[in-house]
Amino acid sequence: MDLKGSIQVKDLNFYYGTQHALKSISMTVEPRQIVAMIGPSGCGKSTLIRIFNRMNDLIPSTRVEGEVLVDGVNIYDKNMDVVSLRRRVGMVFQKSTPFPKSIYENIAYGLKILGIKDRRILGETVEKSLRRAALWEEVKDHLGKSAMSLSGGQQQRLCIARAIAVSPEIILMDEPCSALDPIATARIEELMGTLKDEYTIVIVTHNMQQAARVSDKTAFLMHGQIIEFTKTTDFFTKPSNKITEDYITGRFG
Amino acid sequence: MKEMIHTAFERTRSRRAIWDKAMIYVLSLCAIGVLFILFNILTHLFIQGITSLNFDFFTHLPKPVGEKGGGMANAITGTLTLLGLAICVGVPIGLGAGVYLSEYADLKFAHTVRFMADVMNGIPSIVYGIFAYIVCVLPMKGFSALSGGFALGIMMIPMISRTSEQFVRMVPSQLREAGLALGVPKWRVVVDIVVPAALAGITTGVMVSLARVAGETAPLLFTAFGNRFWNHSLMQPIAALPLQVFAYAISPFDDWHRQAWAGAIVLILMVFMINGWAQFYVMRRSRWTSGK
Repeated sequence: MDLKGSIQVKDLNFYYGTQHALKSISMTVEPRQIVAMIGPSGCGKSTLIRIFNRMNDLIPSTRVEGEVLVDGVNIYDKNMDVVSLRRRVGMVFQKSTPFPKSIYENIAYGLKILGIKDRRILGETVEKSLRRAALWEEVKDHLGKSAMSLSGGQQQRLCIARAIAVSPEIILMDEPCSALDPIATARIEELMGTLKDEYTIVIVTHNMQQAARVSDKTAFLMHGQIIEFTKTTDFFTKPSNKITEDYITGRFG
Repeated sequence: MKEMIHTAFERTRSRRAIWDKAMIYVLSLCAIGVLFILFNILTHLFIQGITSLNFDFFTHLPKPVGEKGGGMANAITGTLTLLGLAICVGVPIGLGAGVYLSEYADLKFAHTVRFMADVMNGIPSIVYGIFAYIVCVLPMKGFSALSGGFALGIMMIPMISRTSEQFVRMVPSQLREAGLALGVPKWRVVVDIVVPAALAGITTGVMVSLARVAGETAPLLFTAFGNRFWNHSLMQPIAALPLQVFAYAISPFDDWHRQAWAGAIVLILMVFMINGWAQFYVMRRSRWTSGK
């Protein structure tokens, strides 16, 4: 298997202080697949997705055991460069987070950080990223306007474009549509379909229909454990676990 | 039981209504009182000083005793110079401290520094003057604009540190995470994203502290010292509006008294302008960051 863009989790345990939030998680995300993670609130799905770009490092007194391999390299190794990891593993958040800058600056910022100053390259990348995120047509005439002036759905696509601009291999999406209306949600889902020929996508969602619509594989988490992780078609039609069946048929959660 | 509560309620109805009216009345009087005091100060100032407030006042040096006319041009530029120097001292240190406390320091240290800043805010301004006299005027062997600016600048530090920490802390943590998740080193996230997001608040804090020190007289008494002529070097004593107003107000000459009133008007107008500009800037800035 080509390791570029893959994630392998090997017997991962995660603690917030004394709270055991993730319990012996093992899973493999293959390159250019969409993996959805679902489960009731507090099950650990957001914690798990934040493991993949070491976002949990920001929270004090957390502890990680086990291995997480991105591109075949353990990202919790002492020598890991977290900044370069986060460039390869982009993230889109639940609440859209445009920077208080212009639309153009929002996209170009990631490149400028890398020391790219060439106006032409910046301009091209901004256009390419915005096109890729299906936002170009709507904003091309006012790239200089504040990114805050966009609608919620546009802001979220801007955040996706911003992540794409630094050419990551993996894009993490933490409930990207939970604050959006159905039409904006449909646009993002459509976009995910076109993005997966180039990027691996891991998405956390509260919405089971969304998981069923967009993902290749679905993981079901509960109490910090993976209950079931299998192909999405099988997951929703013939779940092998009784708890999964109860959850997807709406008996709890 | 239910009946009893109901009759008690009915019995006290009128009493409650009266109290309600009375309290609103008292509170509104307090609000009018605030306006009344400000209005009184301003009308008093204008009546007394407006006659001396002419073009010469802004363009001429003070005249010797007995001669009519003259102005406070040197004191006006002096105050502006001192404020500029104060900004150079107060803003980098105050802002740096505020950002550090919000973004890097552990809570206990931040709490301690905050407490110290509050203590510093409570120190009488004359003490800042004495301090600047000891660390600046004595080693430099003379009164100077520089030491005056230093005294005002260190007064600004705790105010700016306090407000900028508060506003930087208010920036949503998601914005920081978004920056970090993009592979941006933390210090760049702070400089490029967090501080600009808080800039409106930080600017207000700087302007408020600037307006406060603009009127300070005590710290300048034995630092900037005052000067009846133009200042040609930052190492020389410099005039300042509050000092000039003070000197003229305690003089025995009627003409100088009128000039002192006019100086006070100019000082107040300067503070108004600083505040007004800050308001305008914040409004424009927040329109940019909130997208309206």
